[in-house]
Amino acid sequence: MIGIEHYIVVSAILFVLGVLGIFLNRKNIIVILMAIELILLSVNLQLVAFSAFLGDLVGQVFAMFVLTVAAGEAAVGLAILVTYFRSRGTIAVDDVDRLKG
Amino acid sequence: MSYATSLYLTAAEIGLSITALVLLLLAAWNGDRSARLLTIIAVAALVGAAIFSIGLFDRSASEVAGRAFGDLYRADAFGSFGKVLIYLASAAVLIVTPRFFTQLGGYRAEYPVLMLFNAVGMGIMVSATDLMTLYIGLEMSSLSSYVLASFLRQDDRSSEAGLKYFVLGALASGIILYGVSLVYGFTGSTNYDGIRAAFALDFSTGALFGVVFVLAGVAFKISAVPFHMWTPDVYEGAPTPVTAFFASAPKVAAMGVLVRIAMDPFAGEVDAWRQIIIFAALASIVVGALGAIGQQNLKRLLAYSSINNVGFILIGLAAATAAGVASVLTYLTIYVAMVIGSFTALLMLRDPAGQNLETFADIAGLSTRRPALAWCLLVLMFSLAGIPPLFGFWGKFVVFQAAVQADLVALAAIGIAASVIGAFYYLKFIKVMFFDEPTRDVETSSPVSHWAVLGVCVAILSPLGYLLTIPLGEWTAQAAASFVAAM
Repeated sequence: MIGIEHYIVVSAILFVLGVLGIFLNRKNIIVILMAIELILLSVNLQLVAFSAFLGDLVGQVFAMFVLTVAAGEAAVGLAILVTYFRSRGTIAVDDVDRLKG
Repeated sequence: MSYATSLYLTAAEIGLSITALVLLLLAAWNGDRSARLLTIIAVAALVGAAIFSIGLFDRSASEVAGRAFGDLYRADAFGSFGKVLIYLASAAVLIVTPRFFTQLGGYRAEYPVLMLFNAVGMGIMVSATDLMTLYIGLEMSSLSSYVLASFLRQDDRSSEAGLKYFVLGALASGIILYGVSLVYGFTGSTNYDGIRAAFALDFSTGALFGVVFVLAGVAFKISAVPFHMWTPDVYEGAPTPVTAFFASAPKVAAMGVLVRIAMDPFAGEVDAWRQIIIFAALASIVVGALGAIGQQNLKRLLAYSSINNVGFILIGLAAATAAGVASVLTYLTIYVAMVIGSFTALLMLRDPAGQNLETFADIAGLSTRRPALAWCLLVLMFSLAGIPPLFGFWGKFVVFQAAVQADLVALAAIGIAASVIGAFYYLKFIKVMFFDEPTRDVETSSPVSHWAVLGVCVAILSPLGYLLTIPLGEWTAQAAASFVAAM
């Protein structure tokens, strides 16, 4: 029987994978955008699982909001990425080093 | 609770949203020619929203009156105070913006629209009393901030700043959201009152994780150490007026969120979060003070200065009392005046060709070329350093007083010692301006709008500011009383 614990563990794993995807990724920024989506999806999974477990609809409503905002976030992120690519001609993570102190 | 009352309580945000949408249509219709007109309308809308929020300040004294939309949103004295600061700071930044972009190949009409959407998001943040409203406000403000940071599309420093801000800001939102989902799962509610009641019954390990994640994510937004690494890069790369904005209004909003969340839903778990806040406060003060030493770029220096100031503000929160919350608001008020003033002065520094200057070498000997500007910067820097006759001292004083009253004497002592280190680079600023030989020509006149904003900030920070201590004390105490029981 799959219980609430399994959902919490799976979403914790997804969350950690997403965070690691941002920090350990040395290749390109598209992967970072995918890692951010993974984090938001892990949160959604957890919200819906808790919602079903508690018998409370708020979690599912919240998940809808998160989905909507995630779409907006991806749009803004890709737009910034395009302007960045136009001015620098690369989207490799290692090349994002113009600002240092 | 009728629907009309809810609409009335949120009228400032609704008005700003409608203005922003109308301006967006005008911007699409007329193109960039109308950018200045749109800026004037946006400033008027922000000032109007601030005046409306002042009107709500007293009315919200009764507990129930301020709740809107089934307690998703609360227009209490704390929220009103934060909103007045946020809207006025945004308006001040908008006033000094157009000249900067005009120099760099054209001011675009989206700018005031983005600022308005950002202000709406921040207004929702400080008034949110439900994690859902909080998230929507936070994202509304963050998404427009990412675009503002990369507003100079052709400039690779600006687009890099936008990219970095986006990646780390999205990560912070993800961390907050993960914490929110844990808090929801372990309490069964996203409402602040519901969470508080559930925590009073049972505070499990899972809920503790949720609290820590939420606080870590918000610490990211206020750029407290150890989540500060994006700040110097973004502040340096973003266009100067945008940096002025990032250092002022969003700091107030995120700090308002942190204070409300720590002292309302998590109020019963002070022991769980106080350690985190104390660590973040001390680390921010020290890193902010040490990191600024050796910086040549003034925007980068002011970024470290803002990290340093966030540390002092967190000391007030660590006190976890009504006096502590009031001291946070007092400090924020003074901090906003200092930040807006400093960046406005920075925007007034241009060479005769109109290029903006932003390094130490450029301000050498400024006192002989622009004596009035140099003296204004002197007031601002002494105020940031917390030197007594100026009003910046008062902010530090109330914060340390609150910490001492809450028996955090050691924290206050370390904070005071570290503020001496911080004084070093503010004094270096003054030394370079007044005692070094001038190395380059600077533009000798600035428009009245810049002088007006700078003049207001400097007047607040001059010893005249002490006239404000009594009303400021009353307002902040009333704001703190909106969710913290006075002790």
